[in-house]
Amino acid sequence: MTTLSNETLVFECETGNYHTFCPISCVSWLYQKIEDSFFLVIGTKTCGYFLQNALGVMIFAEPRYAMAELEEGDISAQLNDYKELKRLCLQIKQDRNPSVIVWIGTCTTEIIKMDLEGMAPRLEIEIGLPIVVARANGLDYAFTQGEDTVLAAMAQRCPSESTQNVSCDAKLSSHSIMPKTSEKIYDPALPGISQSVPLKKPAVVLFGSLPSTVATQLTLELKTQGIEVSGWLPSQRYADLPLLSEGTYVCGVNPFLSRTATTLMRRRKCKLIGAPFPIGPDGTRAWVEKICSVFGIVPQGLEQRELKIWNTLEDYLQLIRGKSVFFMGDNLLEISLARFLTRCGMIIYEIGIPYMDKRFQAAELELLQKTCREMKVPMPRIVEKPDNYYQIQRIRELQPDLAITGMAHANPLEARGITTKWSVEFTFAQIHGFANSREILELVTRPLRRNQSLDSLGWAKLVK
Amino acid sequence: MKLAYWMYAGPAHIGTLRVASSFKNVHAIMHAPLGDDYFNVMRSMLERERDFTPVTASIVDRHVLARGSQEKVVENITRKDKEECPDLILLTPTCTSSILQEDLQNFVERASLESDSDVILADVNHYRVNELQAADRTLEQIVRFYLEKAKKQQTQNNEHSSESISVEKTQKPSANILGIFTLGFHNQHDCRELKRLLNDLGIEINEIIPEGGSVSCLKNLPKAWFNIVPYREVGLMTAVYLEKEFDMPYVSTTPMGVVDTANFIREIEYILNKNSTGKTKGRQSDAKSDDPALKKDFFDFERYIDQQTRFISQAAWFSRSIDCQNLTGKRAIVFGDSTHAASMTKILAREMGIRVACAGTYCKHDADWFREQVFGFCDQVLITEDHTQVGDMIAQLEPAAIFGTQMERHVGKRLDIPCGVISAPVHIQNFPLGYRPFLGYEGTNQIADLVYNSFSLGMEDHLLEIFGGHDTKEVITKSLSSDSEFTWAADGLTELNKIPGFVRGKVKRNTEKFARQNNIQTITVEVMFAAKEAAGA
Repeated sequence: MTTLSNETLVFECETGNYHTFCPISCVSWLYQKIEDSFFLVIGTKTCGYFLQNALGVMIFAEPRYAMAELEEGDISAQLNDYKELKRLCLQIKQDRNPSVIVWIGTCTTEIIKMDLEGMAPRLEIEIGLPIVVARANGLDYAFTQGEDTVLAAMAQRCPSESTQNVSCDAKLSSHSIMPKTSEKIYDPALPGISQSVPLKKPAVVLFGSLPSTVATQLTLELKTQGIEVSGWLPSQRYADLPLLSEGTYVCGVNPFLSRTATTLMRRRKCKLIGAPFPIGPDGTRAWVEKICSVFGIVPQGLEQRELKIWNTLEDYLQLIRGKSVFFMGDNLLEISLARFLTRCGMIIYEIGIPYMDKRFQAAELELLQKTCREMKVPMPRIVEKPDNYYQIQRIRELQPDLAITGMAHANPLEARGITTKWSVEFTFAQIHGFANSREILELVTRPLRRNQSLDSLGWAKLVK
Repeated sequence: MKLAYWMYAGPAHIGTLRVASSFKNVHAIMHAPLGDDYFNVMRSMLERERDFTPVTASIVDRHVLARGSQEKVVENITRKDKEECPDLILLTPTCTSSILQEDLQNFVERASLESDSDVILADVNHYRVNELQAADRTLEQIVRFYLEKAKKQQTQNNEHSSESISVEKTQKPSANILGIFTLGFHNQHDCRELKRLLNDLGIEINEIIPEGGSVSCLKNLPKAWFNIVPYREVGLMTAVYLEKEFDMPYVSTTPMGVVDTANFIREIEYILNKNSTGKTKGRQSDAKSDDPALKKDFFDFERYIDQQTRFISQAAWFSRSIDCQNLTGKRAIVFGDSTHAASMTKILAREMGIRVACAGTYCKHDADWFREQVFGFCDQVLITEDHTQVGDMIAQLEPAAIFGTQMERHVGKRLDIPCGVISAPVHIQNFPLGYRPFLGYEGTNQIADLVYNSFSLGMEDHLLEIFGGHDTKEVITKSLSSDSEFTWAADGLTELNKIPGFVRGKVKRNTEKFARQNNIQTITVEVMFAAKEAAGA
């Protein structure tokens, strides 16, 4: 592939002084996804106050998560961590009776070196409940990466086929006891032992937490191509975690799941299908095509399906064609969204992103480059660990039509006449698959539609 | 460790940041891991703030854990100094960074050599104080820093006088207002109302801090005749410091409700009269004729209080009107921060004849003061930071209305009890765009509306149920009790159905309790009446 220097992606890295949510926020959607779980965040008042404020109204719906709030005695080790956690977990077991307790380690537990991974297996046996440990802290991760740490820990808990393997081995060994005379001459007409094992149906395990309706949509999408989704990580219930054995194909649905992918490959010996992510009709199609290609299937009717979706989006596309976007970056969905919006005809100035795993996102990055070339727009700069202060200077210079940003900057930018979209909404909205493409554009165009209705009034800048 | 789902007061650094970001041109730098800067989100969301919140984080990450912050914090401070040119940079530790035990004071000293801004380290212990205590402490710290700086400069200017800062009081009586700040409950509106009240009394506003104040003006604080601390939680430490150092009296009565507003004004009157008789400085009494301040520096606000109470504020008249008469003896529960919960308890009991079944606060550090304030105005006092205790208390007492925080509002929703929100923590709906003070005479009107609407909404519900809710098929109860081992006979059910909704649950529970005590399996009309008699109601 020969590319000119100006048409490759530029990667930069800044100071990391940017605003994002703490990764413990993942409990807010994971406790809803895994119905029989309980999330215990082991941290301080700071963590608790964040969850309480960031999750707004959810807090009042008797959530299945709580803080194990560390007090001075815990910090100075006057209290025994093990005993304290045991007390709390027994209380949780009594009050809520979950099938699994997930411990979320925080910055504080990291600094005081609380050995959560060491304590969990002992406590598990004592209280008779599985305890999964995920260290989703702000020292190491940003926002959605919290889910990544939880799923990576869950991947270790998925059942393996060892039990079925045993029965399989038994069969094989019984075969080998048979007299070998029958096998003297290999006769293709007669089915031999090697062919008595039926060809495996193409099956794949998908990882990433999605609302169940979206998961069903993606499952059906693959089913029409003759590929079975044998399980999801996470599943609706902890008891239903998917079977993972050596050689199981796995594929991610979200760009922030690189640790989970690594764990699945290295620890569970799964085969990772590196595909773009099913965000937007172009992404969904590329995702399905990639999975099909692994199983040697020629995908059916995808092209028409994609075209049909694009046609339904036309009214929104008219609004955004030729408009420019600036991603400040806080949830790692930026590359996929930028790629989709480029295909929609927008121009991307900058993609801020907390962390860029070039290996896990390789297919997505490639699709982004391809899209830019096909749409004949310049390649965006990708800024890892951005510096919000410098970004705001750049936004002032570039005056993009839309800045996709966190809530800390949204109102101040709006007051200065820069149209913004709050990035967190992309995390909570349903944006995967063909059917939800409209949802993404619903979000992206909302501020632009608001502008249409208000712009004649003449007060866009509201600061002195 | 303790299991916590929800908290009333936030962590210490939130208080510090609230004070810092209320001042103009003060920048706070948090020594914190990624994601701890959600304060910016709160401020931008709740206050709908147009300007960038002047708070940045000096990120604590793995490298910092391994090698310490080294130059990072100093660099961040000097960088911010160049970018924003703030008057003051406040380095704020967080829970996380305080465990690292880095010598932040040293960073501050090094950074202040290199930067034009003043740099100080917020002095708060994260494991011992909460948001409100930290805010109080930080405000005092900043005020003290600047007054001592001014003192130093003065002694340098005239080396012979080693006395304290010489203060030229303002010519006309003037006051500082301490403790109005960002994310405070209706603070902006209260501030406007206080200004109006003081203006009516002919008192000038000297400084308002921290909201909108500038640190360079802090040296003018002692010029005021006295200080006003509208909220007990924040500003009191500063007022005490100013009293000690500069002999400035302060008024700490919260002017909330008709009676307390009058008390507040009388306290001011007392201070002014004491001040003017003890004054040696020759001031011209060029008071205008329409000033309520009379000639010869003698202040008498009684006529003003009477006018406002009887004719300007509607609250006194409301409490005599038939509407309010119907509220007599109704039971309410009050919970919130110490200022608002205490004032509200007094207003309900003293000014409206409502029975406060329980008054409570989450400001545990201020429990004694709270008990003293509400003594004689409520049946019992609840001091707790645990929202489940408050919820249980509400469920147990079944009041006709609740006055509490956002949390109590949700409890009320679950139990079908109306709730008026009177205190932080609150959500975005309590940062109204319209003018809604809780203090002063306009505040009394707002509170009367709030109380009346809370109760009358409840009444409306019951009337609907009484006249339109006769579904003879089956009773629909919303009791929280899960399974009952009783069978209700048809006539018992019919009778239960006739009882207005707001007490239906209570009657059902009481009847079942009576049946349990007397080993009765089937509940009939007779059993119901027997239970009623046994309860003596």
